[in-house]
Amino acid sequence: MAKITYISHDGASHVVEAQSGHNLMETAVAGGVPGIYGDCGGVCACATCHVHVESSWLAVVGSAQPMEEEMLELTGDVRPNSRLGCQIVVSDEIDGLVVHIPENQGY
Amino acid sequence: MSSGSEIQRHYDVLIVGAGHAGANAAIALRQGGFAGSVGLLGDEPEAPYERPPLSKDYLAGDKTFDRLLIRPLAFWADQQVDLLLGCRALSVDVLQHRVHAAEGSAIGYGKLIWASGGAPRSLVCEGHDLAGIHAIRTRSDVDRLLGELPGAQRVVVIGAGYIGLEAAAVLTKLGKHVTVLEMQDRVLARVTAEAMSRFYEAEHRAHGVDLRLDIGVDCLEGSAGKVTGVHLRDGSVLPADLVIVGIGVIPAVEPLLAAGAEGGNGVDVDAFCRTSLPDIYAVGDCAAHQSVFAGHARVRIESVQNAKDQAITAAKSIMGTDIPYQAVPWFWSNQYDLRLQTVGLLTGYDDVVVRGDPANRSFSLVYLRDSRVIALDCVNKVPDYVQGKALITSYVQFDRAALADDGRPLKSLLTA
Repeated sequence: MAKITYISHDGASHVVEAQSGHNLMETAVAGGVPGIYGDCGGVCACATCHVHVESSWLAVVGSAQPMEEEMLELTGDVRPNSRLGCQIVVSDEIDGLVVHIPENQGY
Repeated sequence: MSSGSEIQRHYDVLIVGAGHAGANAAIALRQGGFAGSVGLLGDEPEAPYERPPLSKDYLAGDKTFDRLLIRPLAFWADQQVDLLLGCRALSVDVLQHRVHAAEGSAIGYGKLIWASGGAPRSLVCEGHDLAGIHAIRTRSDVDRLLGELPGAQRVVVIGAGYIGLEAAAVLTKLGKHVTVLEMQDRVLARVTAEAMSRFYEAEHRAHGVDLRLDIGVDCLEGSAGKVTGVHLRDGSVLPADLVIVGIGVIPAVEPLLAAGAEGGNGVDVDAFCRTSLPDIYAVGDCAAHQSVFAGHARVRIESVQNAKDQAITAAKSIMGTDIPYQAVPWFWSNQYDLRLQTVGLLTGYDDVVVRGDPANRSFSLVYLRDSRVIALDCVNKVPDYVQGKALITSYVQFDRAALADDGRPLKSLLTA
């Protein structure tokens, strides 16, 4: 178990207990976090689970892999700390992780 | 009383079909601040879940069912969306604004969103009803299949579309002896050009799949009610412990057509997903719309993207904001370590350009109509998929030599 904090664009904070082995997209969806969708089910095919990793966590989480980086081009507001939530797998190491949800993901 | 049944419930918006389209319609209504009552009726017992993994991760045993749920169970209660599960809509009374869901029960609606998807096409030949013959459309389909898998070694897949090929890839990896039968002379014939078909045929054969093209099924034979073999039109018999049928989907629109809705292959909808019947919308696999990406031809698109984006269009229209549906279609199919991503629709293409070398297992097909890009199939080639979308929506005419130059990023062609 790890606690993940998602901060919405409007500043609202959502803390979700994450199961190890699950990814950050499905953790958010299961936790009712708005602004993260994961239309493709987490196979890096839709780019609707974009997050900005809190900079202090970037070294632990790592930056986007090549394919993920290419998919990120489909989203807006791409930054060096941009990741797709479906590509970050939960482990004890990221207990306490904070990510920010960009504004442009919505219905 | 014309209907003869008592109305048991009434919803301001009743959604028929609890798949991707239906679920997203309910979500979009609540996200948009819709305060009226919402009912989501589905014929399966499960809360809305994702279907794409059924032929991939779920079949492979890599994902448990709870990870397929589109939203956790508590979400629907929190959002005050009534889940009416295990309940099939039988008919629609357009005048009375009622859906008859089972004998004697009726559900009233203010607006109706028909999102019932489709039923897998079945074989009609002799032996089609033997045990051991499976479709891949619902969780229960796949659970039944998984239950028989340990005792099955020889699997015959009928139909080489996405579903059949994805299942073949998974089952081959699980060590099964898989034969794929296709009536046409190439795989994925409905959805790709020949170069892509040939590539996937070679991949499946290299992974040990016995792929047979141009071959029809005569009948299925069985013993003690269970399938044991497939008789082919050439007179040969393939032994089979298990048969998977993936020969397409029939849109579940009979109740709407019977109520007078226009349609045929699905139910016809306008740019706002409205059917020809008052207060009735249709979205997802069962809805046929005129697509700007198909030269305004009427198309029925079976995809997650179409399900979600049409659901949003209908929900917004119900909330008073009519925004025409014109999202760029996209699709994906994962087989082995190959990621096929498609953007656009290839309907009516008159030319195909290959970018990159299929031998490197990373290449794209660019589909053109009058030199305009209308679709791309990208295998392990994400930049083309991502950048190709802008080429499609530009409606600019491109030089095919430039498109074929794999050294040039596609986006550079737009600024050239």
